[in-house]
Amino acid sequence: MENRPIVEVENEIIEEFSVFEDWMDKYEYIIELGKSVPMIEETQKTEANLIKGCQSRVWLSSEYRDGKIFFAADSDAIITKGIISLLVRVFNGRTPQEILSSDFSFVEKIGLKDNLSPTRANGLVSMIKQIQNYAVAYSAK
Amino acid sequence: MRDLSQIRGEFPALEQKVYGKQLVYFDNAATAQKPRAVLDLIQRMNGGINANIHRAVHKLSAEATDLYEGGREAVRQYINAARREEVIFTSGTTASINLVANTYGERFLSAGDVVLISECEHHSNIVPWQLLCERKGAELRVLPVDESGAWRMDLLDSLLDERVKIVSATHISNVLGLVNPVEELIRRAHAIGAVVLIDGAQGIVHQQVDVQKLDCDFYVFSGHKIFAATGIGILYGKEHLLEKMPPWMGGGDMVDTVTFAKTTYAPLPLKFEAGTPNFIGGATLAPALEFAKEVMGANYIEEEKEKIDYLYQNLKAIDGLRLYGEGEGKIPVFSFSIEGAHHEDVALLLDKMGVAVRSGMMCAEPLMARFGQSGMLRASLAPYNTLQECEIFIAALHRAVSMLR
Repeated sequence: MENRPIVEVENEIIEEFSVFEDWMDKYEYIIELGKSVPMIEETQKTEANLIKGCQSRVWLSSEYRDGKIFFAADSDAIITKGIISLLVRVFNGRTPQEILSSDFSFVEKIGLKDNLSPTRANGLVSMIKQIQNYAVAYSAK
Repeated sequence: MRDLSQIRGEFPALEQKVYGKQLVYFDNAATAQKPRAVLDLIQRMNGGINANIHRAVHKLSAEATDLYEGGREAVRQYINAARREEVIFTSGTTASINLVANTYGERFLSAGDVVLISECEHHSNIVPWQLLCERKGAELRVLPVDESGAWRMDLLDSLLDERVKIVSATHISNVLGLVNPVEELIRRAHAIGAVVLIDGAQGIVHQQVDVQKLDCDFYVFSGHKIFAATGIGILYGKEHLLEKMPPWMGGGDMVDTVTFAKTTYAPLPLKFEAGTPNFIGGATLAPALEFAKEVMGANYIEEEKEKIDYLYQNLKAIDGLRLYGEGEGKIPVFSFSIEGAHHEDVALLLDKMGVAVRSGMMCAEPLMARFGQSGMLRASLAPYNTLQECEIFIAALHRAVSMLR
């Protein structure tokens, strides 16, 4: 199946978030996302897959197949999990080049970056960095 | 006597809204808001009485010095220290503990000696001793807490042997909110010849502290948790011990005469106050402690009890909620975890409903491990918090939990 462009998926998410009037509605939605995301295998919850800089524990594992990166993520905190599921939705099954040319600005456009508590915002930055790190690593292959 | 709404009116920070919701500030164990008298003094000093203290002969310097030393006298009276020489200003509780570890500890601890702390210490009362013990080849020993969070006093005899030279323990844990039996600890530590430091970061806010009655050797706390400015801390020490301790930081104000061959030091308390002190912060302790004294009054204590009872009952009524620190002498510091609701998620949702609480390890990782938690939530109240705010908090908590489960 051919992937839609990253920007298209990002715009779809921005659209989804535009209907929420207050933060509680927005979080309600993020929590639903967090609950519906398939968890990653316990064996993948390794120290290497753990993202530093988060108050909650967040794991992000990746697999490189046919020139594309496939992500799986999990967290012990449901909101964090919901947020990372949005990242996975946008960047799953992409080539390293696609990921590296994205500016991740949709995160700001849905207001997540500004309205997260500092520790949470740091965590989000760490998640983005980790996705980019995987892309850099696989692009060298 | 002023009522609660009147004293609350002294705190402009409490009037603000966050995300369009009225702020409910329940993170007082981290830092307290400042009353108008403190804010005004900061403004007055920055805007007018701003001159370096102790040395200059001019008018402004004299006024600033008087205000700074007035803060010291206010502290002396508040904790009933015998002399002003026993009240040292530092930058905070952490700095005070480090000072003792690096001076008393450095001089009087030897290889094979023991420093005893408790399991419910803040990192600030763990790491300085750990560093000292590593340097000296000494042993760090830990008095455990039981399931309710109380010190295992039954184990004290086996822990307190003649190798113990320093005991450093918290008056009230910032997580558990229980008043520890420090009097007994001090008595028994003294019986084997150890000196005792009490971490009063929380204790000073909720207890009437009389250092002479307690007979502790050191008592340390921060100004910002007791309504004063940020960046000022207190080290109370018995004079004969402070005299024996070498200076820690060198610089201006802590000296008597300086030559390249030899420097002699200023008498107490300045011996430990190198450099330009935080004279504005020190000065704010006078109005801050004036306020603290007022809210230690009987009717506020009665009201506080009402809030504590309300929170006890309503927190326990939440399905799957576990409280840490239960028993006699509970101050309004409630740490808890909720099954099926991560502490960070709950804190984030409460924040969006205007309620500020702490989440995470609260600088007490070993205590988190003791209770098998990666973090907790903590609601901590000050006398200016109202019962109505407690109700808002509980309702918000219910909403957050139902969203997360």
